[in-house]
Amino acid sequence: MCLAIPGKIIEITGEKAIADFQGIKKEINISLVKVALGDYVMVHAGFAIERLHTEDTRLNPPI
Amino acid sequence: MKTRYEKIIADIREKSRLISHPVTFMELCGTHSQTVAQYGIKNILPENIRLVTGPGCPVCVTDQRDIDSAIGLALQGIPLATYGDMLKIPGSSANLEKARTKGADITIVYDVTEALELKRQKPNLVFFGIGFETTAPMSAWAIKKGLTLYSAHKRFFPAMEALIKNKKLKIDGFIDPGHVSAITGTGIYEKLSVPQVIAGFEAMDVLKSISMLLDQIIRHERKVQNEYDRIVQKKGNAKAQRIIKEVFETADASWRGLGKIKCSGLKIRKKYKDQDAEYVYRTLLKKIRRKMTIKPTACKCDEILQGLREPQSCPLFSKTCSPESPHGPCMVSIEGTCNISYKYGKIR
Repeated sequence: MCLAIPGKIIEITGEKAIADFQGIKKEINISLVKVALGDYVMVHAGFAIERLHTEDTRLNPPI
Repeated sequence: MKTRYEKIIADIREKSRLISHPVTFMELCGTHSQTVAQYGIKNILPENIRLVTGPGCPVCVTDQRDIDSAIGLALQGIPLATYGDMLKIPGSSANLEKARTKGADITIVYDVTEALELKRQKPNLVFFGIGFETTAPMSAWAIKKGLTLYSAHKRFFPAMEALIKNKKLKIDGFIDPGHVSAITGTGIYEKLSVPQVIAGFEAMDVLKSISMLLDQIIRHERKVQNEYDRIVQKKGNAKAQRIIKEVFETADASWRGLGKIKCSGLKIRKKYKDQDAEYVYRTLLKKIRRKMTIKPTACKCDEILQGLREPQSCPLFSKTCSPESPHGPCMVSIEGTCNISYKYGKIR
């Protein structure tokens, strides 16, 4: 249930946006976050729940 | 040259040698449990570090009474929509899938916007809403857009408080859920005086959080650290928190395995009562619930959900209970402890 995937915002229309999930483009809802074109977001159950606060979209934490 | 994985494992081993007693950490999110099993993390940990799985699978902790109520409503001709995992979760005598074979109209949706679409064709549709703070804001948003909801939503933190109070369980540190924390922020966990690290879902995130917990134990610290800071912000997602608060209020709720936990449920506020299935179908639900009985079972999901038992020690595990024919919720969800153990085999 908590499985979320990162996607890049490529189009915004009001509460909706198109996110690019490594080539697969899907409509998502962005009403819970403040985002701009080009931002990466974590998407869970069709909604962006948070913006990625890093340039590193591979998501691997630094060590 | 050592890889970064070899480095972090060596780091964990080194730190574990500085601790003379055995320590138990609990990971609290079903997605963490998957990462732990998939990458064999339990097997590479030093002998004195034990990792147990907690009640972080929202599907698994949904109470039988809520499943029975949803089945009851569906069998009375009310169309239902819910997330896919819910279909096989056993109620007292059946599950939603079985209700479907008896003619109940139950649709699996990926998100609440699909449920809203469906409502156009089926005006009396009820969405069976489950999940923690990660799915509650979507349900709140949909209620504001006109969706009727049966709320089995829960708050995660009260369950952690209940686990800490359980004398049978000794937890030396928590790996806190990543995406629940993205919504709630980090402050809420500070009420608990136990080492905690909010972690992401890659193998490296989990290993790094174990290393951070060990640091706290060595230094006798009890604080909340955020390993998943590329997503989780200190204050969380304010917009999501606001919409949850606007639509829901806290209420006592029953958790499978953990029983009733004070203020752990999210009940729809009176302002939205006309979209609250609990209010709209109150007479029908009363009738359904009067007939409910709790069927005794040998299933040990209740102890497994609290980290008191490993799946392999349940008498039903892989004998009569499997993902194809699950007895308990932990075998149903892909984030359930039994389902994970069944898929990845025996883990230390």
